[in-house]
Amino acid sequence: MTQATLLQQILDYANRADPYPLYAELRRTPVTRQEGGVYAVSTYWEITGLLHDPRISSDARNRAPQAGAGPLPVVPQEETDLPPSFIGLDPPEHDRLRRLAMRPFGPPHTPRRVHDMRAELTRTVSGLIDAFQGRSEVDIVDDFAYPFPVTVICRLLGVPREDEARFHIWAEAVVAALDPDPVEGAPDRARAARRARSELGLYLAGLAEERRRAPGDDLLSAMTSGHGPEERLSPVEVVTTAVLLLIAGHETTVNLIANGVLTLLRHPEELKRLRDEPGLAVPLVEELLRYEPPVQLLPQRTAVADIDIAGTTIPRGAPIWLVVASGSRDPRRFADPDRFLPERPDNQHLGFGGGVHYCFGAPLARLEAQIALTELARRLGEPRLVEDPPPYRRNPVLRGPRHLRVAFDTLAR
Amino acid sequence: MAADGAAEVFRRRGHAVVVGASLAGLRAAETLREEGFTGTLTMIGDEPRDPYDRPPLSKQVLLGRVPADGTELPRRRALDARWRLGVAAAGLDLAGRRVRLADGEEVAFDRLLIATGARARPWFRESEAALDGVFVLRTADDAARLTRRLAAGPRRVLVVGAGFTGSEIASACRERGLEVTVAERGPAPLVGALGGVVGAVAARLQRDHGVDLRCGVTVTALEGDLAGRLRRAHLSDGAALDVDVAVIGLGAIRNTEWLTGSGLAAGPRGVACDAGCRAFDVHGIVTDDVFVAGDVARSPHPLFGYQFLSLEHWGNAVAQAEVAAHNMISSGLDRRPHLWLPAFWSAQFGVNVKSVGVPPLGDELVVTQGALAENRFVAAYGFQGRFIAAVAFDQGRWLDFYRGLIESAAPFPPAFTNLDRRTDGTRPVPADFPDPSLPTHGPTVTLSGYSPSERRLRFTPAPA
Ligand SMILES: Cc1cc2nc3c(=O)[nH]c(=O)nc-3n(C[C@H](O)[C@H](O)[C@H](O)COP(=O)(O)OP(=O)(O)OC[C@H]3O[C@@H](n4cnc5c(N)ncnc54)[C@H](O)[C@@H]3O)c2cc1C
Ligand code: HEM
Repeated sequence: MTQATLLQQILDYANRADPYPLYAELRRTPVTRQEGGVYAVSTYWEITGLLHDPRISSDARNRAPQAGAGPLPVVPQEETDLPPSFIGLDPPEHDRLRRLAMRPFGPPHTPRRVHDMRAELTRTVSGLIDAFQGRSEVDIVDDFAYPFPVTVICRLLGVPREDEARFHIWAEAVVAALDPDPVEGAPDRARAARRARSELGLYLAGLAEERRRAPGDDLLSAMTSGHGPEERLSPVEVVTTAVLLLIAGHETTVNLIANGVLTLLRHPEELKRLRDEPGLAVPLVEELLRYEPPVQLLPQRTAVADIDIAGTTIPRGAPIWLVVASGSRDPRRFADPDRFLPERPDNQHLGFGGGVHYCFGAPLARLEAQIALTELARRLGEPRLVEDPPPYRRNPVLRGPRHLRVAFDTLAR
Repeated sequence: MAADGAAEVFRRRGHAVVVGASLAGLRAAETLREEGFTGTLTMIGDEPRDPYDRPPLSKQVLLGRVPADGTELPRRRALDARWRLGVAAAGLDLAGRRVRLADGEEVAFDRLLIATGARARPWFRESEAALDGVFVLRTADDAARLTRRLAAGPRRVLVVGAGFTGSEIASACRERGLEVTVAERGPAPLVGALGGVVGAVAARLQRDHGVDLRCGVTVTALEGDLAGRLRRAHLSDGAALDVDVAVIGLGAIRNTEWLTGSGLAAGPRGVACDAGCRAFDVHGIVTDDVFVAGDVARSPHPLFGYQFLSLEHWGNAVAQAEVAAHNMISSGLDRRPHLWLPAFWSAQFGVNVKSVGVPPLGDELVVTQGALAENRFVAAYGFQGRFIAAVAFDQGRWLDFYRGLIESAAPFPPAFTNLDRRTDGTRPVPADFPDPSLPTHGPTVTLSGYSPSERRLRFTPAPA
């Protein structure tokens, strides 16, 4: 079997439920050239090496014109009417935008922001679970995981509660286009996503303007006011950054929660332990990010120089895929990599990427997942999977169940 | 075979003694247990408290964010050790395998680990050092005293010496809104560690943050009032400064006096040991039962011409302690070399400084990423055509890449293109160290492997 067909198999929807044996085969050659000139990197040390390598760009404009995106039907991350956000930029632009966005979000300037959201997150989660009352089966994806991150990002950005419903609709349309589904009218969806994105952009621009005049204690206010003319985001940058936070923190969080519930129901002894010792949630979420990561691979990198690695030369201009889900199961880095071990020591997984693009929202994502999983474990009595494996979304990059039907007997308070 | 047997017997029921109960001592003891040492373990330390961490002392502690007694080192595992804290080791009887304590007790050992670290170099004139208001910073007690005085709001603080500790102290003082003068003998702060090019950035950072920085001067005298309180400092350029606090940041002295006359190769620069952490005796012959780790050790590094490096780096103390402990209970081919690539960090004036390799060995420097003028950059150091070090200001996430270049002796200046390379990153400039002490042209040695058990050397002899 050739490597090219191996990658095709990984992308093949038929293998979405369990791509891990294919990753194991891919790891036999740490760096391989795939069809379309894509270089796939599948082993832990090679991936971390490249994540810290300044000869690798995240800016698609550095791709050689003749280099395609490879075999993946990539949906353009950014529409042409908005400039790229910092996930698709390199230093120094990346660093400037990320620094300004971080100021009101995390250390050193705002170390308590995420911590202070705990009560709010718990309230949101409780509300979503309260709505299960009177039912004996729910879809963890549609009834729980989907609404949660959007509500959170609304609170973070400072979207007024009365606008939240509209925000949910836009968010859904925008992220729906990230899941390329050839069966269900993709062009229509792409058009709807574009429309939603411009409406969302206009809305955020208006809200940002309001906040500039009357700032509150939210991210939009902080990002618009800035610190001196040098250190300020332009109005367009505020909008692209806000949209980035919404998109980057949405499907990923949905997947983490859904993958988490699925994994716990497949490991009932761990579910029981989580119920008895909620502190377990912290390492358990780390292990989830290693074992069933919401982001399976990073397909956006490009070499800006010839790079010698693991016996191969990646030529300048070539697209690079960092298969982080494979790296996190590399037996040369993790003992017993295919086992789910919530208290795994030294768990430096690749679930949040690494290097300068390391997930901006990681502390928030961790807290969201910890609270969601702990509360679900605590309140659902005798939960069980209705189908295993569940139906997956088509997207091989942001991989997760499309539905996750769970039956239960009782609902604790 | 006999040696193998000895290590095995020791592992099962030997007596290990660790002198120096701080970072290196604690991590070594934990590694001993982790790797299956079931004998008895004695920890001897002259500080009367549980092992604690020093880097926060000049950072969060001085700012009042963490109390001076709040930096206890996290424990990796239970030790089941006998602790002798608050009493110093006063002598070593190598032949009789005994450590003599200051209170007269004698502690016998089968294998010994020396981890007595270093202490702050005091102000050279004792009467002046004793003035109320003159401080050093090495221990938690030092930090408690200094923090208390800074919180009382002195009118001006004088920092003597602009190395890392001095610069961090100055930074903390400015953050507290205190007036600070820094006096540095060299042409710029950090110049000994990072060279003149990067030192100039450090100088600008200090001045931009309101430090009264005076380079090229020395402090000649500290003057007190009748009550013995510091009042004034005199500088070599004739200036006199009214100060009520002076912090001496003139580096560290290795704690080796207790080994005087023991027959070990111990001196002011540390205890010499091989790459396997075994101490040398005065004849330069390696001992079998005495090991060394941390700031007190001086060991040859293959990547740097087999020069003996003495490092005052947190990461080195941990890595060397782990290797020393492993080797104490292993023999022959199971022993590992300490091949740690020097690395350290510092936080000052809002900037995270990180370094890998040995910058002072560098003769040239290229700013490969970012720009000096923006205080955000990576500076790569070359020595005789290969990478030898890299220093990052607020760009630390890239340093693993440079670590790889240093370990593989990659050619310098770099021929590749990379992100964020500016025009001043196209040509190397002299790294500008005050007193270059360069090793001679030697063989090329490269490192490979990721985990400690995989680390290997490749040795390429120099062309004749
Ligand atoms: C203020 C400060 C800030 C620092 N910041 C950084 C930083 O940012 N980054 C970095 O990489 N490194 C930093 N360091 C360096 C780092 O803390 C040291 O490298 C590390 O502490 C070395 O550990 P050690 O165990 O070898 O030695 P030490 O920590 O010096 O421990 C030696 C111990 O042995 C004891 N001892 C000495 N003599 C005897 C005796 N005869 N008998 C019994 N006990 C004895 C000592 O009292 C001490 O407790 C900093 C150090 C200081 C002081
Ligand atoms: C479980 C949830 C999440 C996972 C698994 C995840 C994963 C990742 C990964 C792998 C990257 C690296 C992308 C790259 O290198 O190209 C990334 C970047 C990013 N993430 Fe997350 N993420 C999650 C949640 C969030 C949340 C909640 C937010 C927002 C609040 C967020 C915001 C971002 C941003 C802004 C970036 C770009 C960072 C940069 O380019 O510097 N993420 N995330």
